[in-house]
Amino acid sequence: MIDWKKKEKIVKTILFIFALSSIIFLTGIVIVLFNEGFPIFSKVGLFQFVFGQDWYPTHEPPDFGILPLLLASILVTVGAMVIAVPIGISSAIFISYILPQKIKDIVKPMIEMLAGVPSVIYGLFGMRILGPFLQDLFDLPTGLTALTAAIMLGIMALPTVVSLAEDAISAVPKKFRDASLALGGTRWETISKVILPTATSGMVTAVILGIGRAIGETMTVLMVAGGAAVIPRSILRPLRPMTANIAAEMGEAPVGSDHYHALFGIAIILFVITLFFNIMADLASNRFKKKVSGK
Amino acid sequence: MNKKQLDFRHMIEKIVFSFFGFTMFLALLALVLIIFFIFKRGIGVINWGFISQMPRSGMTEGGIFPALLGSFYLVVGSILFAAPLGIFAAIYLTEYAKKGKGVRIIRIGVNNLAGVPSVVFGLFGLSVFVKYFGFGVSILSGAATLAIVILPTIIRASEEALLAVPDEYRHASLAIGATRWQTVKKVVLPAAMPGILTGCILGIGRVAGETAPIIFTAATFFSMRLPSSIFSEVMALPYHIYALVTTGTMPYKQVPLAYGTAVVLLALVLMINLVAIIMRIKFNRMIKR
Repeated sequence: MIDWKKKEKIVKTILFIFALSSIIFLTGIVIVLFNEGFPIFSKVGLFQFVFGQDWYPTHEPPDFGILPLLLASILVTVGAMVIAVPIGISSAIFISYILPQKIKDIVKPMIEMLAGVPSVIYGLFGMRILGPFLQDLFDLPTGLTALTAAIMLGIMALPTVVSLAEDAISAVPKKFRDASLALGGTRWETISKVILPTATSGMVTAVILGIGRAIGETMTVLMVAGGAAVIPRSILRPLRPMTANIAAEMGEAPVGSDHYHALFGIAIILFVITLFFNIMADLASNRFKKKVSGK
Repeated sequence: MNKKQLDFRHMIEKIVFSFFGFTMFLALLALVLIIFFIFKRGIGVINWGFISQMPRSGMTEGGIFPALLGSFYLVVGSILFAAPLGIFAAIYLTEYAKKGKGVRIIRIGVNNLAGVPSVVFGLFGLSVFVKYFGFGVSILSGAATLAIVILPTIIRASEEALLAVPDEYRHASLAIGATRWQTVKKVVLPAAMPGILTGCILGIGRVAGETAPIIFTAATFFSMRLPSSIFSEVMALPYHIYALVTTGTMPYKQVPLAYGTAVVLLALVLMINLVAIIMRIKFNRMIKR
């Protein structure tokens, strides 16, 4: 029989290796992306790749400028946030402060259900129902536009924003609220002048993670945004965000070709952007934790 | 302070609160509308044959059985990879690790992995499992890719469940001479199991609906046969929906099938989520007692 101290050590080491798994995968992703995507940077140059205005990967000679795709991603994400942030934060306030507990216990799971709906279903809805509706409404040649994509992404980002903002509001110590109410503030004054300023960094986390979710979303924009790889001039025109472009073209790009490397190059840009937002969210959430714990 | 001023303040409150209520109503309305329209358009094609038959006539007729089966294989496969990995990682983080830089870095890793866009996972799977390991476009490649996608969900849920187990349990076990691992195995894990299972169920719900990670790693639009081994490519429900509405050649026949498939997928995913939510509520009550 091995003595128990040794056994404990072995168990601990094995568990530690398991715990490293997410770091290992994350590192693996970085290595793979750079390995497969770097050749295109050295070929066309990073600046030309990011700010080039033409994306014609199959032309002869090909053009690998992802500015139209990058701008498309930014445009639909900003549009999604215009919808998701005000609705999400005010619903979160309503849910956490105004709804009675019993109704809250029903509404919160419903919002979580919204998060559970698969993205391809949102895509189908946007493509076949919302798209045609907006087409009629604005009398457009196609209903698959930046606006349609932004609305669908906004709906998809809502649950993230609502549930994280709600967590942030609930994390504000109850005595803050009691003190304000005792001083004669109305409930709204308490919320706007005491709760919200305290919860700001928590809200910021919610919004940043919502942005991350929207910018990385693939299926919905692939189905709904219309797919035109041109610099977006209006929100009522079709466009093609980075994620949609990767998903649409990966099947056709021969392995090892410039096109193939360019798609990994786009993934690098995408990965760096989401990594940036995730780190910002992490910093904001740590700040928030310090603030409400009163240290 | 005069009464008028007070009335004014209360009126402001009422206006603002009704606006907030309205926004929440909008959020819920979006959910209801999406579910309503998908069901309304798709429920008509659903019958036993739709669920149990192979597709026929170049995907314009017949059922979705291979897609249903394919999704089942992918879900089971990915959970088999991700559950042990995620649960053991969570045990280390909650039961063994000392708070400090190491844990902080691992946690940042988990958070960032959760934020990686799903299509990037697909590229990773394509490059590593399909090409480098030579698994090809297969159930194995798809399940392995999906396992990485849900790993953060499972780690977080398991951590939460383990943290919810009161410290008295651990102290009691350690005090009668059990080692840390015995304590974890015989006391903490059983108590946390319902919560961990909830996390795995949420993971299943997520995997069943993921499309982007399997486009290049596992999914095929059409296959005449059912998959014969883990190295076969498979049809899957979400990819089937996507393929029917985007690459179909006969939209008037295929779009209704896409709605039907969407109803099946949506019903499955909502049911899975509902089970997870109910389990979580029960688990929370149990722990509080």
